[in-house]
Amino acid sequence: MNLLLLFISAAIVNNFVLTYFLGICPFVGVSKRVSSAVSMGLAVMFVMTITAAVTWLIYHLLLVPYHIEILEYVSFILVIASLVQLVEMFIKKVSKPLYDTLGIYLPLITTNCAILGLALFSVLRDYSFVESLVFGIGAGAGFTLALVIMAGIREELELSNIPKPFRGAGITMIVAGSLALAFMGFAGLISM
Amino acid sequence: MAKTPTPLSKEFLKGLWNENPILRMLLGLCPTLAVTNSAINGLSMGLATTFALLCSSILISLLRKIIPSQVRIAGYIVIIATFVTVADKFLAAYLPEISKALGPYVPLIVVNCIILGRQEAFSSKNGVGRSIIDALGMGSGFILVLLVLGSIRELFGSATIFNLQILGDWFNPWMIMILPPGAFLTLGLLIGLGNWLNERKVKI
Repeated sequence: MNLLLLFISAAIVNNFVLTYFLGICPFVGVSKRVSSAVSMGLAVMFVMTITAAVTWLIYHLLLVPYHIEILEYVSFILVIASLVQLVEMFIKKVSKPLYDTLGIYLPLITTNCAILGLALFSVLRDYSFVESLVFGIGAGAGFTLALVIMAGIREELELSNIPKPFRGAGITMIVAGSLALAFMGFAGLISM
Repeated sequence: MAKTPTPLSKEFLKGLWNENPILRMLLGLCPTLAVTNSAINGLSMGLATTFALLCSSILISLLRKIIPSQVRIAGYIVIIATFVTVADKFLAAYLPEISKALGPYVPLIVVNCIILGRQEAFSSKNGVGRSIIDALGMGSGFILVLLVLGSIRELFGSATIFNLQILGDWFNPWMIMILPPGAFLTLGLLIGLGNWLNERKVKI
Protein backbone atom coordinates (compact mmCIF):
# COMPACT_ATOMS: atom_id res chain seq x y z
CA MET A 1 0.00 0.00 0.00
CA ASN A 2 2.78 2.36 0.91
CA LEU A 3 4.44 1.60 -2.40
CA LEU A 4 1.25 2.49 -4.25
CA LEU A 5 1.10 5.80 -2.41
CA LEU A 6 4.74 6.44 -3.25
CA PHE A 7 4.00 5.77 -6.92
CA ILE A 8 1.04 8.15 -7.01
CA SER A 9 2.97 10.76 -5.09
CA ALA A 10 5.90 10.64 -7.53
CA ALA A 11 3.70 10.53 -10.62
CA ILE A 12 1.03 13.08 -9.84
CA VAL A 13 1.20 14.95 -6.55
CA ASN A 14 4.91 15.74 -6.73
CA ASN A 15 5.20 15.60 -10.48
CA PHE A 16 8.86 15.93 -11.44
CA VAL A 17 8.29 18.41 -14.23
CA LEU A 18 5.58 20.60 -12.78
CA THR A 19 6.57 20.81 -9.13
CA TYR A 20 10.32 20.07 -9.06
CA PHE A 21 11.16 21.61 -12.45
CA LEU A 22 13.24 18.61 -13.44
CA GLY A 23 13.50 17.71 -17.10
CA ILE A 24 12.30 21.08 -18.36
CA CYS A 25 14.59 21.04 -21.41
CA PRO A 26 13.01 17.99 -23.09
CA PHE A 27 9.65 19.20 -21.77
CA VAL A 28 10.03 22.34 -23.87
CA GLY A 29 12.01 20.72 -26.68
CA VAL A 30 10.13 17.50 -27.43
CA SER A 31 6.55 18.54 -26.72
CA LYS A 32 5.56 19.66 -30.19
CA ARG A 33 3.97 16.35 -31.29
CA VAL A 34 2.05 13.87 -29.17
CA SER A 35 3.68 10.88 -30.88
CA SER A 36 7.25 11.96 -30.18
CA ALA A 37 6.24 12.99 -26.67
CA VAL A 38 5.03 9.45 -25.98
CA SER A 39 8.28 7.92 -27.29
CA MET A 40 10.42 10.30 -25.29
CA GLY A 41 8.34 9.74 -22.17
CA LEU A 42 8.66 5.97 -22.42
CA ALA A 43 12.40 6.16 -23.07
CA VAL A 44 12.87 8.35 -20.01
CA MET A 45 10.71 6.08 -17.88
CA PHE A 46 12.80 3.10 -18.96
CA VAL A 47 16.11 4.76 -18.18
CA MET A 48 14.78 6.15 -14.91
CA THR A 49 13.76 2.74 -13.64
CA ILE A 50 17.15 1.22 -14.40
CA THR A 51 18.99 4.27 -13.05
CA ALA A 52 17.05 4.11 -9.80
CA ALA A 53 18.13 0.49 -9.32
CA VAL A 54 21.77 0.87 -10.37
CA THR A 55 22.52 4.11 -8.52
CA TRP A 56 20.98 2.64 -5.36
CA LEU A 57 23.29 -0.36 -5.63
CA ILE A 58 26.33 1.82 -6.32
CA TYR A 59 25.60 4.18 -3.46
CA HIS A 60 24.82 1.58 -0.81
CA LEU A 61 27.21 -1.17 -1.84
CA LEU A 62 30.19 0.85 -3.06
CA LEU A 63 30.21 4.47 -1.90
CA VAL A 64 28.95 4.01 1.67
CA PRO A 65 31.09 0.97 2.68
CA TYR A 66 34.26 2.65 1.39
CA HIS A 67 33.35 6.12 2.74
CA ILE A 68 33.68 7.82 -0.59
CA GLU A 69 30.30 9.58 -0.67
CA ILE A 70 32.14 12.64 -1.97
CA LEU A 71 32.27 10.90 -5.35
CA GLU A 72 28.47 10.70 -5.38
CA TYR A 73 27.87 13.19 -8.20
CA VAL A 74 30.77 12.09 -10.36
CA SER A 75 29.87 8.41 -10.12
CA PHE A 76 26.13 8.98 -10.62
CA ILE A 77 26.58 11.00 -13.77
CA LEU A 78 29.05 8.49 -15.17
CA VAL A 79 26.64 5.66 -14.41
CA ILE A 80 23.81 7.50 -16.11
CA ALA A 81 25.89 8.34 -19.18
CA SER A 82 27.09 4.78 -19.65
CA LEU A 83 23.65 3.40 -18.87
CA VAL A 84 22.05 5.50 -21.58
CA GLN A 85 24.74 4.28 -23.95
CA LEU A 86 24.08 0.65 -22.98
CA VAL A 87 20.33 1.02 -23.26
CA GLU A 88 20.80 2.52 -26.70
CA MET A 89 22.94 -0.39 -27.88
CA PHE A 90 20.59 -2.92 -26.29
CA ILE A 91 17.48 -1.50 -27.93
CA LYS A 92 19.28 -1.29 -31.26
CA LYS A 93 20.14 -4.97 -31.04
CA VAL A 94 16.80 -6.24 -29.74
CA SER A 95 14.19 -4.12 -31.45
CA LYS A 96 15.11 -2.10 -34.50
CA PRO A 97 11.66 -0.46 -34.92
CA LEU A 98 11.71 0.80 -31.33
CA TYR A 99 15.24 2.09 -31.82
CA ASP A 100 14.17 4.01 -34.89
CA THR A 101 11.28 5.61 -33.01
CA LEU A 102 13.39 6.67 -30.04
CA GLY A 103 16.52 7.20 -32.10
CA ILE A 104 17.68 10.74 -31.54
CA TYR A 105 16.04 11.14 -28.14
CA LEU A 106 18.02 8.43 -26.42
CA PRO A 107 21.42 10.18 -26.15
CA LEU A 108 19.67 13.35 -25.02
CA ILE A 109 18.48 11.59 -21.90
CA THR A 110 21.97 11.79 -20.38
CA THR A 111 21.62 15.51 -19.81
CA ASN A 112 18.04 15.23 -18.61
CA CYS A 113 18.21 16.57 -15.08
CA ALA A 114 15.21 14.46 -14.07
CA ILE A 115 17.39 11.34 -14.15
CA LEU A 116 20.16 12.69 -11.94
CA GLY A 117 17.52 14.36 -9.78
CA LEU A 118 15.84 11.03 -9.27
CA ALA A 119 19.08 9.41 -8.10
CA LEU A 120 19.81 12.31 -5.74
CA PHE A 121 16.32 12.35 -4.29
CA SER A 122 16.41 8.62 -3.52
CA VAL A 123 19.66 9.06 -1.61
CA LEU A 124 18.41 12.18 0.16
CA ARG A 125 15.19 10.49 1.27
CA ASP A 126 16.91 7.27 2.22
CA TYR A 127 14.67 5.00 0.19
CA SER A 128 15.05 1.24 0.31
CA PHE A 129 15.86 -0.63 -2.90
CA VAL A 130 12.23 -1.45 -3.73
CA GLU A 131 11.11 2.04 -2.80
CA SER A 132 13.60 3.70 -5.11
CA LEU A 133 12.56 1.36 -7.90
CA VAL A 134 8.90 2.33 -7.46
CA PHE A 135 9.92 5.98 -7.13
CA GLY A 136 11.74 5.69 -10.46
CA ILE A 137 8.77 4.17 -12.26
CA GLY A 138 6.39 6.73 -10.75
CA ALA A 139 8.59 9.68 -11.64
CA GLY A 140 8.93 8.35 -15.18
CA ALA A 141 5.17 7.94 -15.48
CA GLY A 142 4.66 11.48 -14.20
CA PHE A 143 7.17 12.82 -16.71
CA THR A 144 5.38 11.01 -19.55
CA LEU A 145 2.03 12.31 -18.36
CA ALA A 146 3.16 15.93 -18.22
CA LEU A 147 4.93 15.68 -21.57
CA VAL A 148 1.93 14.15 -23.36
CA ILE A 149 -0.55 16.66 -21.93
CA MET A 150 1.76 19.49 -22.94
CA ALA A 151 2.18 18.11 -26.47
CA GLY A 152 -1.59 17.83 -26.83
CA ILE A 153 -2.04 21.46 -25.84
CA ARG A 154 0.77 22.62 -28.10
CA GLU A 155 -0.73 20.87 -31.12
CA GLU A 156 -3.86 22.93 -30.53
CA LEU A 157 -1.87 26.10 -29.92
CA GLU A 158 -0.48 26.00 -33.43
CA LEU A 159 -3.92 26.93 -34.69
CA SER A 160 -4.36 29.91 -32.43
CA ASN A 161 -3.24 33.47 -32.86
CA ILE A 162 -0.51 34.16 -30.30
CA PRO A 163 1.20 37.57 -29.92
CA LYS A 164 4.48 37.31 -31.79
CA PRO A 165 6.99 37.75 -28.93
CA PHE A 166 5.31 34.93 -27.02
CA ARG A 167 5.40 32.36 -29.79
CA GLY A 168 7.45 29.28 -28.98
CA ALA A 169 9.03 29.26 -25.55
CA GLY A 170 7.05 32.13 -24.02
CA ILE A 171 3.62 30.62 -24.47
CA THR A 172 4.94 27.17 -23.56
CA MET A 173 6.06 28.48 -20.18
CA ILE A 174 2.72 30.15 -19.57
CA VAL A 175 0.84 26.98 -20.49
CA ALA A 176 3.16 25.02 -18.20
CA GLY A 177 2.30 27.51 -15.45
CA SER A 178 -1.40 26.81 -15.91
CA LEU A 179 -0.70 23.07 -15.90
CA ALA A 180 1.31 23.41 -12.70
CA LEU A 181 -1.61 25.31 -11.22
CA ALA A 182 -3.92 22.45 -12.17
CA PHE A 183 -1.56 19.86 -10.68
CA MET A 184 -1.44 21.85 -7.45
CA GLY A 185 -5.02 20.72 -7.03
CA PHE A 186 -3.60 17.30 -6.19
CA ALA A 187 -1.55 18.69 -3.30
CA GLY A 188 -2.77 17.27 -0.04
CA LEU A 189 -4.12 14.17 -1.74
CA ILE A 190 -1.30 12.26 -0.10
CA SER A 191 0.84 13.67 2.66
CA MET A 192 4.29 12.13 2.52
CA MET B 1 40.92 28.80 -36.78
CA ALA B 2 39.24 32.14 -36.14
CA LYS B 3 39.14 34.41 -39.17
CA THR B 4 39.06 37.81 -37.54
CA PRO B 5 39.05 37.56 -33.75
CA THR B 6 36.04 39.25 -32.21
CA PRO B 7 36.89 41.93 -29.64
CA LEU B 8 36.96 40.61 -26.09
CA SER B 9 34.29 43.06 -24.93
CA LYS B 10 31.91 41.59 -27.49
CA GLU B 11 32.74 38.09 -26.30
CA PHE B 12 31.65 39.17 -22.82
CA LEU B 13 28.59 41.19 -23.77
CA LYS B 14 27.03 38.53 -25.96
CA GLY B 15 26.29 36.47 -22.84
CA LEU B 16 24.34 39.33 -21.34
CA TRP B 17 21.88 39.83 -24.13
CA ASN B 18 22.31 38.50 -27.68
CA GLU B 19 23.11 34.97 -26.61
CA ASN B 20 21.69 35.16 -23.11
CA PRO B 21 21.62 31.53 -21.96
CA ILE B 22 18.13 31.65 -20.49
CA LEU B 23 16.13 34.20 -22.46
CA ARG B 24 17.57 33.61 -25.91
CA MET B 25 19.05 30.10 -25.87
CA LEU B 26 16.60 28.51 -23.38
CA LEU B 27 19.34 26.57 -21.61
CA GLY B 28 19.50 25.71 -17.94
CA LEU B 29 15.82 26.24 -17.30
CA CYS B 30 15.51 23.75 -14.44
CA PRO B 31 17.55 25.66 -11.84
CA THR B 32 16.20 28.91 -13.22
CA LEU B 33 12.67 27.94 -12.33
CA ALA B 34 13.38 25.94 -9.21
CA VAL B 35 15.43 28.24 -7.02
CA THR B 36 14.11 31.68 -7.89
CA ASN B 37 11.49 31.89 -5.16
CA SER B 38 13.64 34.58 -3.55
CA ALA B 39 16.31 36.96 -4.81
CA ILE B 40 19.02 35.61 -2.51
CA ASN B 41 18.46 32.02 -3.64
CA GLY B 42 18.60 33.10 -7.27
CA LEU B 43 21.82 35.01 -6.71
CA SER B 44 23.59 32.19 -4.87
CA MET B 45 22.53 29.67 -7.49
CA GLY B 46 23.82 32.00 -10.19
CA LEU B 47 27.16 32.40 -8.43
CA ALA B 48 27.59 28.67 -7.83
CA THR B 49 26.83 27.93 -11.48
CA THR B 50 29.20 30.64 -12.69
CA PHE B 51 31.95 29.22 -10.48
CA ALA B 52 31.51 25.74 -11.95
CA LEU B 53 31.28 27.17 -15.47
CA LEU B 54 34.40 29.30 -15.08
CA CYS B 55 36.56 26.54 -13.58
CA SER B 56 35.45 23.93 -16.12
CA SER B 57 36.00 26.38 -18.98
CA ILE B 58 39.56 27.10 -17.83
CA LEU B 59 40.44 23.44 -17.39
CA ILE B 60 38.78 22.26 -20.58
CA SER B 61 40.29 24.97 -22.76
CA LEU B 62 43.69 24.00 -21.34
CA LEU B 63 43.07 20.33 -22.04
CA ARG B 64 41.30 20.83 -25.36
CA LYS B 65 44.12 19.34 -27.40
CA ILE B 66 44.60 16.37 -25.07
CA ILE B 67 41.02 15.09 -24.65
CA PRO B 68 40.21 12.67 -27.52
CA SER B 69 37.09 13.83 -29.30
CA GLN B 70 35.34 10.44 -29.04
CA VAL B 71 35.14 10.57 -25.26
CA ARG B 72 35.00 14.34 -24.84
CA ILE B 73 31.44 14.52 -23.51
CA ALA B 74 32.15 12.00 -20.76
CA GLY B 75 35.39 13.84 -19.98
CA TYR B 76 33.64 17.20 -19.77
CA ILE B 77 30.96 15.81 -17.49
CA VAL B 78 33.51 14.37 -15.07
CA ILE B 79 35.35 17.71 -14.92
CA ILE B 80 32.11 19.61 -14.40
CA ALA B 81 30.93 17.17 -11.73
CA THR B 82 34.21 17.63 -9.86
CA PHE B 83 33.85 21.41 -9.68
CA VAL B 84 30.19 21.13 -8.76
CA THR B 85 31.17 18.89 -5.86
CA VAL B 86 33.62 21.60 -4.75
CA ALA B 87 30.90 24.27 -4.95
CA ASP B 88 28.43 22.05 -3.11
CA LYS B 89 30.80 21.26 -0.24
CA PHE B 90 31.80 24.93 -0.01
CA LEU B 91 28.17 26.04 0.30
CA ALA B 92 27.42 23.32 2.84
CA ALA B 93 30.42 24.35 4.96
CA TYR B 94 30.18 28.15 4.87
CA LEU B 95 26.58 28.97 3.95
CA PRO B 96 24.58 26.07 5.39
CA GLU B 97 21.26 27.93 5.23
CA ILE B 98 21.53 28.66 1.53
CA SER B 99 22.79 25.16 0.88
CA LYS B 100 19.69 23.83 2.61
CA ALA B 101 17.35 26.12 0.67
CA LEU B 102 18.87 25.12 -2.67
CA GLY B 103 18.82 21.43 -1.72
CA PRO B 104 19.44 18.96 -4.54
CA TYR B 105 19.55 21.75 -7.11
CA VAL B 106 23.23 22.41 -6.34
CA PRO B 107 24.37 18.93 -7.44
CA LEU B 108 22.02 19.29 -10.39
CA ILE B 109 24.32 22.01 -11.76
CA VAL B 110 26.22 19.02 -13.20
CA VAL B 111 23.54 18.54 -15.82
CA ASN B 112 22.96 22.24 -16.39
CA CYS B 113 23.04 22.43 -20.17
CA ILE B 114 24.62 25.90 -20.09
CA ILE B 115 27.89 24.52 -18.76
CA LEU B 116 28.15 21.53 -21.09
CA GLY B 117 26.92 23.67 -23.97
CA ARG B 118 29.63 26.30 -23.49
CA GLN B 119 32.34 23.66 -23.25
CA GLU B 120 31.19 22.03 -26.45
CA ALA B 121 30.56 25.27 -28.32
CA PHE B 122 33.36 27.47 -27.02
CA SER B 123 36.03 26.23 -24.60
CA SER B 124 36.91 23.20 -26.69
CA LYS B 125 37.76 25.49 -29.61
CA ASN B 126 39.23 28.60 -27.99
CA GLY B 127 42.17 29.58 -25.81
CA VAL B 128 42.09 30.07 -22.06
CA GLY B 129 41.76 33.87 -22.04
CA ARG B 130 38.83 33.90 -24.42
CA SER B 131 37.14 31.02 -22.59
CA ILE B 132 37.38 32.89 -19.28
CA ILE B 133 35.76 35.97 -20.83
CA ASP B 134 33.07 33.82 -22.42
CA ALA B 135 32.36 31.96 -19.17
CA LEU B 136 32.17 35.23 -17.22
CA GLY B 137 29.80 36.73 -19.79
CA MET B 138 27.52 33.71 -19.87
CA GLY B 139 27.64 33.45 -16.08
CA SER B 140 26.70 37.12 -15.69
CA GLY B 141 23.83 36.73 -18.11
CA PHE B 142 22.62 33.75 -16.11
CA ILE B 143 22.98 35.56 -12.76
CA LEU B 144 21.17 38.60 -14.15
CA VAL B 145 18.10 36.64 -15.23
CA LEU B 146 18.02 34.62 -11.98
CA LEU B 147 18.25 37.83 -9.98
CA VAL B 148 15.46 39.56 -11.92
CA LEU B 149 13.25 36.49 -11.76
CA GLY B 150 13.94 35.95 -8.06
CA SER B 151 13.28 39.61 -7.23
CA ILE B 152 9.99 39.70 -9.12
CA ARG B 153 8.77 36.51 -7.51
CA GLU B 154 9.90 37.53 -4.02
CA LEU B 155 8.37 41.00 -4.42
CA PHE B 156 4.92 39.73 -5.34
CA GLY B 157 5.05 36.50 -3.36
CA SER B 158 6.34 37.80 -0.04
CA ALA B 159 6.39 41.60 -0.52
CA THR B 160 10.16 41.70 0.07
CA ILE B 161 13.40 41.76 -1.92
CA PHE B 162 16.51 40.32 -0.25
CA ASN B 163 14.32 40.01 2.87
CA LEU B 164 13.81 43.80 2.95
CA GLN B 165 10.20 44.89 3.19
CA ILE B 166 9.35 46.72 -0.05
CA LEU B 167 5.59 46.70 -0.23
CA GLY B 168 3.59 47.91 2.78
CA ASP B 169 0.97 46.13 4.85
CA TRP B 170 -1.72 47.03 2.34
CA PHE B 171 -0.28 44.47 -0.05
CA ASN B 172 -1.66 40.98 0.22
CA PRO B 173 1.15 38.67 -0.99
CA TRP B 174 0.32 36.48 -3.97
CA MET B 175 1.28 33.08 -2.62
CA ILE B 176 1.16 31.68 -6.14
CA MET B 177 4.28 33.61 -7.14
CA ILE B 178 6.59 31.65 -4.85
CA LEU B 179 4.91 28.35 -5.78
CA PRO B 180 5.77 26.43 -8.99
CA PRO B 181 3.10 27.98 -11.26
CA GLY B 182 4.45 31.47 -10.52
CA ALA B 183 7.88 30.38 -11.74
CA PHE B 184 6.56 29.22 -15.10
CA LEU B 185 4.32 32.26 -15.57
CA THR B 186 7.01 34.81 -14.67
CA LEU B 187 9.62 33.18 -16.89
CA GLY B 188 7.13 32.98 -19.76
CA LEU B 189 6.41 36.70 -19.43
CA LEU B 190 10.14 37.51 -19.19
CA ILE B 191 10.91 35.52 -22.34
CA GLY B 192 8.07 37.31 -24.13
CA LEU B 193 9.38 40.67 -22.94
CA GLY B 194 12.90 39.78 -24.07
CA ASN B 195 11.68 38.85 -27.55
CA TRP B 196 9.60 42.02 -27.77
CA LEU B 197 12.54 44.25 -26.81
CA ASN B 198 14.80 42.44 -29.21
CA GLU B 199 12.39 42.95 -32.07
CA ARG B 200 12.07 46.67 -31.40
CA LYS B 201 15.83 47.03 -31.25
CA VAL B 202 16.16 45.47 -34.69
CA LYS B 203 13.49 47.73 -36.18
CA ILE B 204 15.09 50.95 -34.89
